[in-house]
Amino acid sequence: MKKSKTLIAGALAALALTTAGMQSQALAQAKVQFFPSLTGRTGPVAPNATPFANGYWDYMKLVNARGGINGVMTLVEECETAYATDRGVECYERLKGKHGGATVFQPLSTGITFALTEKIPNDKIPMITSGYGRSDSADGMIFKWNFPLIGHYWVAGDAVIQHIANKMGGWANLKGKKIAVGYHDSPFGKELLPIMEERAKRHGFTLQLLPIPAPGVEQKAIWLQVRQQRPDWVVLQTWGIMTATAIREAIAVGYPMDKVIGTWWSGAEPDIRDIGAGARGYSAVMMQHGSEKNSEVVKEILSRIHDKGQGTGPRAEVGDVLYMRGVVGAMLAVEGVFRAQERYGKGKVVTGEQARWGYENLDINRARLAQLGFTGVLSPIQTTCADHMGSAWARIHTWDGTKFGWSSDWLQADESIMRPMVTASAERYAKEKKLTRRTEADCKS
Amino acid sequence: MIYRENGQFKVNYRADQQIFPIAQDRFFVLGLIALAAVAVPMLASDYALKAILVPFLILSLAAIGVNILVGYCGQISLGSGAFMAVGAYMAYNVFVRIDGMPLIIALLSGGFFATVVGVIFGIPSLRVKGLYLAVATLAAQFFCDWAFSRISWFTNDSSSGSVAVSDLTVLGWTINTPVDKYLFCLAFVSLFALLAKNLVRSSIGRQWMAIRDMDVAAAVIGIRPVYAKLSAFAVSSFIVGVAGALWGFVHLGSWEPLAFSIDRSFQLLFVVIIGGLGSIMGSFMGAAFIVVLPIFLSQVLPMIGNLFGVEVSIAMVSHAEFMIFGALIVWFLIAEPHGLAKLWSIGKQKLRLWPFPH
Repeated sequence: MKKSKTLIAGALAALALTTAGMQSQALAQAKVQFFPSLTGRTGPVAPNATPFANGYWDYMKLVNARGGINGVMTLVEECETAYATDRGVECYERLKGKHGGATVFQPLSTGITFALTEKIPNDKIPMITSGYGRSDSADGMIFKWNFPLIGHYWVAGDAVIQHIANKMGGWANLKGKKIAVGYHDSPFGKELLPIMEERAKRHGFTLQLLPIPAPGVEQKAIWLQVRQQRPDWVVLQTWGIMTATAIREAIAVGYPMDKVIGTWWSGAEPDIRDIGAGARGYSAVMMQHGSEKNSEVVKEILSRIHDKGQGTGPRAEVGDVLYMRGVVGAMLAVEGVFRAQERYGKGKVVTGEQARWGYENLDINRARLAQLGFTGVLSPIQTTCADHMGSAWARIHTWDGTKFGWSSDWLQADESIMRPMVTASAERYAKEKKLTRRTEADCKS
Repeated sequence: MIYRENGQFKVNYRADQQIFPIAQDRFFVLGLIALAAVAVPMLASDYALKAILVPFLILSLAAIGVNILVGYCGQISLGSGAFMAVGAYMAYNVFVRIDGMPLIIALLSGGFFATVVGVIFGIPSLRVKGLYLAVATLAAQFFCDWAFSRISWFTNDSSSGSVAVSDLTVLGWTINTPVDKYLFCLAFVSLFALLAKNLVRSSIGRQWMAIRDMDVAAAVIGIRPVYAKLSAFAVSSFIVGVAGALWGFVHLGSWEPLAFSIDRSFQLLFVVIIGGLGSIMGSFMGAAFIVVLPIFLSQVLPMIGNLFGVEVSIAMVSHAEFMIFGALIVWFLIAEPHGLAKLWSIGKQKLRLWPFPH
């Protein structure tokens, strides 16, 4: 009898807590633009996803310190997904209606992106997936709500192959060569493959596909295959602890580091810092930005946020590759709202639907980038109804034992290869889903 | 006082053999169903429906399937995630490849293919038992993980290996809003729970239980182990397959093999162990425990932190959630090894004597 009483008391206390929490939330309603943040602060990708979440939040704080979005303050609430799709969906449902409605989601997981792609058109909330998610969602005529701004997997993959071709002294020299692709065995990893296969067909090199099961702590067998087959290059499409393990194993089998190239998600400090000098020569493709310790925006975050003790994460990581990715993600999210305010009323909170128009009509030119402190970090970004990507520029950076430095010029993904692939894949999706292309009238609305 | 069957006379066998012979139980369950079908859709928020109740219902359905195999027939299986995957992917293929395929038929055909796979992987159960069988069914898990991520036919040649469905309609009813999804799942779960309850009360259910309790003795009294074990595998995989199809179609909308990984198999096994082996009611309770508790903790812990003026970071919440959840499982298994269903029946026993316990 006593036991059941404590149980009941506990349940009542929990209920009281829940209602109290809801009331405090209701009081906090004010004129804010709400940016939900799906984080991966725990789980297999924690070392990499944590700086992203910190950068995202810090930039939002900086926007507020600068006076908000024409006076509208930003608000961030996080929800932890641990990189699991079902938790991501739960977080999305939890956050989408909070604080007057979510502006835009950035799930930082391809699995969650796939799941949310089916949900956002109904909820009328846009989603930015910079450098991940569905590559074919660059086709805005079919994917109205998805925005793979500044590039996707195929852009990264194409830049890697171009870089290899440059190193080999021209496309012709790729013929007969063997390129191994070690990829995260999930939609994230597999999304890279179509561009690799397309390029292999055009230039006559062979691909050796090496699927690495998640989370990727056990890769001995895969690297023995590499040692046995001796590919000329190894491309890594890995994420989280998988990357660090892959680099360690590559060193263990004696594969030369300067022949290993990571894609956008496989070339940041947490992957390689502990290996240090052993990984000298490891390169990775960066969609525009890399480690940007000396940029204006980083200086401003340090002086206006971290110096006041309001920083989200450790000060040392500010300006690191993945921290910058969070900053860039937040900047794009905010710029879309600035753009939407131009149309729907300055100084007003915009809905997700209005923000979508903003993302579709982004025009971030050099002057605007300089104003925001992104000179040298990004090149201009311009989106249209048909092109939800806005830019296809990339650079390669290389690890010198202690830090990353640029090792290539700007590379641009070949539009003549990319566009037909994106359109064909988007058409396939539309056919499967019985969707029709958007009309010009819909673009204007 | 309120929970006594005094004065409820049964004048025929039919009345004596019904699922809930006590009138109070009957009214309670009917009330519960009415509550779930009428009051919940009106009162619950979209978040509660989509993020808590729909996954709860679907996992309950899967747990009923696993319970038939593990709880009633005593065959430990670690392949339930695989059977869910078969259900989801085959339902997807049937739905996408055949034009104008009705949704219900597609979902049921997912169950059908899961049955076939389940029976094939159930064959080792005729020779091996217990932990050895668990290892044998693990093969189903690895095989299906491999098949769905490597054989591109299953994913309709999607380049990423992720598949998606939309446009769900049943006889003109578009299943789109959270309420629709909830009611659709509720209908499925209620129907299958009734079916399962009747099955386990019938001759075949008794055969399963006889096999579970002692297979040699069961064989001696004339129960064919081959038939009993394989039929348990078949029924169980069918239900689990339909649950998998619902999980993909209704809950996720888009999924990859990772959604049905080995973790899912373990999760389902935990659901039936915590809920109560050999109990349909327990499947629901276990699913509620596994689905709702982590979400509840992740929402309540920061609030408790706020009350004491402590800023609880989101990573901290996530770690604490695991620790508390683990501790609760251990505590439950020590306090009541027969699961939540046993607690429920003890509660009913106590209620009979209330308020005058002797």
